[in-house]
Amino acid sequence: MIATSLTSLLGEQFVQNALVAGAIVAVVAGVVGPFVVVRNMAFAVHGIAELGFTGAAGALLIGIDPILGLMAGSLAVAGLIGGLGVRGRERDSVIGVILAFGLGLGVLFITLYDKYATGAFSLLFGTITGVSQGQLLLLAGCGAGVLIGLGMIYRPLLFASVDPDVAEARGVPVRLLSIGFLVLMALAEAEAIQVVGVLLVLSLVIAPAAAAGHLTANPGTTLLLSVAIALLASIGGILLALVTPYPVSVFTTSISFACYLLARLFGGRLRTSSAPRAQAPGASALSEATLGPNA
Amino acid sequence: MTAAAPTVRLVDAAVRFGERTLWESLDLTVARGEFLAVLGPNGAGKSTLLRVLLGLERLSAGSAEVLGRPPRRGNASVGYVPQQRAFDRELPLRGRDLVRLGLDGHRWGLPLPSAHARARVDNALEEVGATDYADGPIGLLSGGEQQRLGIAQALLHDPQLLLCDEPLLNLDLRHQREVARLISRRQRDAETAVIFVTHEVNPILSMVDRILVLVGGRWALGRPEEVLTTETMSELYQSAVDVLRVRGRVVVVGAPEDSPNVGHDEHSDFTEPLPPYRA
Repeated sequence: MIATSLTSLLGEQFVQNALVAGAIVAVVAGVVGPFVVVRNMAFAVHGIAELGFTGAAGALLIGIDPILGLMAGSLAVAGLIGGLGVRGRERDSVIGVILAFGLGLGVLFITLYDKYATGAFSLLFGTITGVSQGQLLLLAGCGAGVLIGLGMIYRPLLFASVDPDVAEARGVPVRLLSIGFLVLMALAEAEAIQVVGVLLVLSLVIAPAAAAGHLTANPGTTLLLSVAIALLASIGGILLALVTPYPVSVFTTSISFACYLLARLFGGRLRTSSAPRAQAPGASALSEATLGPNA
Repeated sequence: MTAAAPTVRLVDAAVRFGERTLWESLDLTVARGEFLAVLGPNGAGKSTLLRVLLGLERLSAGSAEVLGRPPRRGNASVGYVPQQRAFDRELPLRGRDLVRLGLDGHRWGLPLPSAHARARVDNALEEVGATDYADGPIGLLSGGEQQRLGIAQALLHDPQLLLCDEPLLNLDLRHQREVARLISRRQRDAETAVIFVTHEVNPILSMVDRILVLVGGRWALGRPEEVLTTETMSELYQSAVDVLRVRGRVVVVGAPEDSPNVGHDEHSDFTEPLPPYRA
């Protein structure tokens, strides 16, 4: 019964569009995620997403496509955070301050907008099933842009993210990369928001990458696993929503949360077992718990 | 010709931040294969000296040359070993990945698998004795193991000048000795000049050719037995300071609290504990 209805639904254009959109978003979010986690920027992801909502509300008010407003809002905030050049704890305070003010603006825009603001509210929780052919093209274009951009800066960005002092000493433009990454992250988020919505964007950007980090210490493998988990959550969420009365984001967030939980519970052994090590004199600092079965 | 030029030459060099002078009128020449230790209290401008040579900070006055040319960012002939970094336990990075960044981490693009790169990384790991733990998560390694990887990373691009900024900080005595030995071996075998910023001169005292002490804008330069004397140190600190030699160790007594703990170790009752570095 469920199988037949799913098969017939899969023939529908809007379902196919949703699946393609979900795949694009998952790949982009999965690639950006590990850098976000390594650079400790989960709160920046959240802040940029919520201010994307303000941008979308503003766009509705002046009568343009809310997706454009979403991108403009995300990019403006990313530029602001990057331009201020703040790091660590101070960065989180700055984001908190901007976030609070931006959300206030968003409320004002929605209040001024005299029609029922379905467009803005659906951005809070995602509207994957309403993706048009044109939006799909925009999504694919932006996604390709983010992936190409990240591919170009991958090595120095990794260097600057894990070992900033030495990277700077080797001539890596640490500050510039930080701004560049914020911009790419904002674009990736504006994409992900369309699937999971503003409030749940962390479930595609952070959770898969955080889960992957518990499964392996190899940065390349982390990236691939992060993409795989994001795909599972996104596509799985869409398929489950088709055969149940519940929305996509419920399943997407649940799947990525379950993946994180499993990785966290059982990943440690996998992560360290890739490192067969002799009990060299220097090994004493490793506790029994982290040695894994091969030690 | 760069071959004839000294590895480092500073002439009448000064660094000022606003009204504050870190050091001035500094004349310093470091020859090929020389080991120079830089001592001084926090804030004396030891790290700033390294940043000048890395091309990250400009002199306020005077001139600087590295291998016969003005310092420039990203000079592959200059290696840099900082103090032990605080890697998260969950950081998705293996020891060998950190070392690989020393080879091509500064280049654009993706790190494509390459047999040549792998062989060079393996070789560098072998040299510092880190092969056994190079495939494990870096955040789970001990400070000494991480510092060995840091040295492998810095040596991978075959530097002629190695700049070390407190590389022994937070390491226990045994690891201090091992890490110092690796740096000293490189200095002898490849005639790499080493500039070694430290609070604690004793672990490297036997390897040091000359010592530069920076204190409150003043400085002293010379062989250890010339600089680490009661007269010179008292003059530098402008207060009564005694330099004692106890069981082959140098201990400075009576210097202000934030002084270089040239004599501090866990058996010493003479000096204050190490102040937190760059707290």
